[in-house]
Amino acid sequence: MRPVAYPPGVPRRTLARILELLNRPNGAGKSTTVKILTTLSRPDSGEARVAGLDVVRNPERVRRSIGVVGQKHGLDPESTGRENLEMQAEIYGLTGSARRERVEQLLERFGLAEAAGRIAKTYSGGMQRRLDVALGLVQQPKVLFLDEPTTGLDPEARVELWREIERLAGEEEMTILLTTHYLEEADRLAARLAIVDRGRVVAEGTPEQLKSELRGDTVQVELAESSNGNAVAALQGLPGLSGLSVEGRVLRARAENGAAAVPSVLAALEQGGLQVASATVARPSLDDVYLRHAGRSFQQADTDDREEAA
Amino acid sequence: MIPLRHTRQVALRYIRALLRQPAWVGISLTQPVIWLLLFGALFKRTADIPGFSGGSYIDFLTPGVVVMLAMSSAWIGMGFIEDINRGTMDRLLVSPIWRGALNLGSVAQSVLSLVIQSLIVIGLSLAVGAHFHNGIAGVAVLIGVAGLLGAIFASLSNGIAVLARQRETLIGIVTMATLPLTFLSTALMQQSLLPGWVRWAAKFNPVNWAAEAGRSAAGPDADWGLIASRAGFLALLLLASAAFATRAFNAYQRSA
Repeated sequence: MRPVAYPPGVPRRTLARILELLNRPNGAGKSTTVKILTTLSRPDSGEARVAGLDVVRNPERVRRSIGVVGQKHGLDPESTGRENLEMQAEIYGLTGSARRERVEQLLERFGLAEAAGRIAKTYSGGMQRRLDVALGLVQQPKVLFLDEPTTGLDPEARVELWREIERLAGEEEMTILLTTHYLEEADRLAARLAIVDRGRVVAEGTPEQLKSELRGDTVQVELAESSNGNAVAALQGLPGLSGLSVEGRVLRARAENGAAAVPSVLAALEQGGLQVASATVARPSLDDVYLRHAGRSFQQADTDDREEAA
Repeated sequence: MIPLRHTRQVALRYIRALLRQPAWVGISLTQPVIWLLLFGALFKRTADIPGFSGGSYIDFLTPGVVVMLAMSSAWIGMGFIEDINRGTMDRLLVSPIWRGALNLGSVAQSVLSLVIQSLIVIGLSLAVGAHFHNGIAGVAVLIGVAGLLGAIFASLSNGIAVLARQRETLIGIVTMATLPLTFLSTALMQQSLLPGWVRWAAKFNPVNWAAEAGRSAAGPDADWGLIASRAGFLALLLLASAAFATRAFNAYQRSA
């Protein structure tokens, strides 16, 4: 869960601008925002800059500075992996041996060297996604846009792509804007993070910041049998404990320092004559952050959005 | 040089895709043969109609079939719609590719197919006894004007594809437009045998411009003035159509 290192200064400014876009009164959605920033769409009003370049006045230069991996496959399914990359390289002005080297390097790095001569439509979903990402990287962009890059990937392919993204942000110091429906993905990859709910930014910061705003840890105790309110009574007034809630046999509370609170919680429960089956302490997750800022759980929001879209 | 390089890349991509579909290659090589033989048999007696001047109907028909083949380019926009639907077009549009290359590359592929098909038709017509009175030059002019017409249809098709983004719309427009354009021309029937109003309408029909110029170039007394003027009209219309196809991306980007 270590946040990725970004070049200092850059992401903050970039993010601030993106937040402005997202916060426009008519609520530009996430997809529209990405389209505007990648010059695919023109904003009705206002301005946006990517890598210091105005996307409306200078789209040509923006295009040369960015790499984009869209939600849909960008690859040409009728061409081989190598042909796809070669064409992309030519578009960005790489020719001759420079083109050859770059293409082979990318095929190697994305594990596509063996399949390079095969037509892309015969690739597995994971391979197609890797080729998509490789296509976005041909020109070594300053800013990389990844729009839900791991949607539909199996867990193994997802972890593989995460590693590559971390490597790009770390070793290659690339600024990456990633949109995702998976909170664990945001948690793992993001140096800074904006949570967008119903077209509005509801929270913004580093994952650690956002989580530490929810003070303390979650202490969860599973009782041997249902407590009928005795448990709450037993724990009431215990110092350092807040947000007590019971659901069936499961008891939840927040504590400044979860680990330190456990002995006193257990002692209080024992005194109240309640048998404890297990106790766990967890750092707050982004799920908790989302719940607090959006007023609904992430899962619920995801379902709502899908229903609205349908 | 960049526009040329990008156009070449786009053209290569579409040509490769076609060559990888053996069924398509087979169909597009047999289609002109069927047309020539079918129309040749069907309209053979046309040459006997009083008022039909010149040699055999096959002499008359061959340039017409070449021109009709050029009209098949009107379907080329289907490739754009596929690219749009699967995201390939967006990937290209966020790259610094020269916008004109997207249309011109596709046009180049379409014209190349047309040239190959035309050569088959011309070869076959020679085998069944057609005459080309101005030799290679006449054949070259015929293929040239057909190429211009094909490029016009391909560009219009691509432009409409980008604006409509729907297969059904493009299919509807192409089906609606091609048949009247064929019959409001001298592609299959001599001008002197056309009803007056069709003859008048044909003056504004680019299909007829290509048919007139191509037939004149293949015929016994070529009218080079007429050929030049018709080829000129076609070239101007091609410029306008290509500009339309390229500008269509602006609208696409406004509404994407």
